[in-house]
Amino acid sequence: MSVLLIAEHNNKEVKPFTLNAITAASQMDGDVHVLLIGNNCGDVAKALSEMSAVKKVLHAEAAHYENYLAENFAPLVVKVSENYSHIVSSANTFGKNLMPRIAAHLDISQVSDITKVISPDTFIRPIYAGNAFATVKSTDTKKCITIRPTSFEPCETSGGSAPIEKIEATEEFTLSKFIKREEVKSDRPELGTARIVISGGRGMQNGENFKLIADIADKLNAAIGASRAAVDAGYISNEHQVGQTGKVVVPDLYIAVGISGAIQHLAGMKESKIIVAINKDGEAPIFSVADYGLEADLFEALPQFLEELNKLNSIQK
Amino acid sequence: MKILVAVKRVIDYNVQVRVKEDGTGVVTDNVKMSSNPPDDNAIEEAVKIKEAGKATEIIAITVGEEKSQETVRKALAVGADRGILIKTEGTVEPLAVAKALQKIVDKEKPDLVFMGKQAIDDDCNQTGQMLSALLNWPQATFASKIEIKDKILKVTREIDEGLETIEVNLPAIVTCDLRLNEPRYASLPNIMKAKKKPIEIFTAADLGIDITPRVQQIKVEEPPKRKAGIKVASVAELVSKLKNEAKVI
Repeated sequence: MSVLLIAEHNNKEVKPFTLNAITAASQMDGDVHVLLIGNNCGDVAKALSEMSAVKKVLHAEAAHYENYLAENFAPLVVKVSENYSHIVSSANTFGKNLMPRIAAHLDISQVSDITKVISPDTFIRPIYAGNAFATVKSTDTKKCITIRPTSFEPCETSGGSAPIEKIEATEEFTLSKFIKREEVKSDRPELGTARIVISGGRGMQNGENFKLIADIADKLNAAIGASRAAVDAGYISNEHQVGQTGKVVVPDLYIAVGISGAIQHLAGMKESKIIVAINKDGEAPIFSVADYGLEADLFEALPQFLEELNKLNSIQK
Repeated sequence: MKILVAVKRVIDYNVQVRVKEDGTGVVTDNVKMSSNPPDDNAIEEAVKIKEAGKATEIIAITVGEEKSQETVRKALAVGADRGILIKTEGTVEPLAVAKALQKIVDKEKPDLVFMGKQAIDDDCNQTGQMLSALLNWPQATFASKIEIKDKILKVTREIDEGLETIEVNLPAIVTCDLRLNEPRYASLPNIMKAKKKPIEIFTAADLGIDITPRVQQIKVEEPPKRKAGIKVASVAELVSKLKNEAKVI
């Protein structure tokens, strides 16, 4: 049997987490087929077919597939799922929204957000905001799995020449309608895949002070993150939130500024390679996970930090 | 309009969860339990809609052991009119919860079903989407803003890229983000009044559904511990360590 991987894309390009999901899928079974559902997304089909881990691309096009509504995608996935042992996607807002709809249609108990494939039916997944890891075995004949992207390496984007098979679209679900998407355009790296992340919390006090963070982010070519408290307070928009109900990041360097370190925030960043905490409260829980802790007023520390970075001859990109 | 709100009883979000030594799960004895935080947002939104005169009845429902009634009572104290408990033992997977909810939806015929976008215990993030599939209803997940326009609901969803707006025809399922609203606290008189509100109890057998788990939990382990870090005395020392010791900048 083969694995059916549902590609996430924007009709022009493959979204990066699809590459991590392909790697995870290939650990369940070597025969990975990618299902591409979209509108005028021929370039995406071509890009997927060139990935060495991909053995076949199934390509469905329709106008109502333009905006990835789960209500439109799920019936098509269900229709093509018959010959597959696993259906896989990434556990980001795309996969989280879509996969349970597919699983319920197929009467399958989904396994969410896995961090490791032990065998084709056994997986490890975090529970309780990453305070415990469960090893679970799915007894359903077919598996519906979402994978935590940061736990799997991205697959190679070349070296393959998989056939592209056109498949017929399913009917439109007319009770749900896409209106608009407000994407915040940024020249900075994506939060989910950045090598360095610098995040601000409630200690930033207002949105303007995030400029101090942004200056350092520019210097380090880092993505900007935030605690839920900072997003709730309106200092910064929701797509920056790191944590249990936001994004999970695993950068080489995570710098937490004015973040106390609630369990829910730690869930989103404590697997980072090196963690730096800057906080004026020496007892803040964030220091318990920090490799380097600096007990200081961030309004003094951040300008100094930028100054010290400016003194360096070179900074890794 | 009738609104059904699904809630779950979970370990309180402030509790540092500990794994049992025998690896069979996490410690729940003598641990503070509360309602799942985004479920509080779900109840709050329903109550606001009723207060605005757009809903006539709110039913709070949970699936779980006898004690889960506490969570339904809390919803009743905040403004739900009556409660339902689907009484179960042991682990109930999201698919089984969705099947139980489907049966109640068939019976009660609500126009809207609200619930939190994920439970903070199993972190599955599945039930709302599964219920939508079983009912073949629209799903508006991760909602941070809702407007009701007659028989249409306009929903702003939080997605990885930013925000998305969709419109769904009623009846529909909405899963709520923590930013949807600010949940209120129940007042003492309302807590007292809630004690008199009815809670109907059903079992899975009453509903004619099979809730046997399909995913076996083999073991539960602690996450790998991070080795203790150090405190640095100055920003200069920090930058030097990052450059020369950790070699990350």
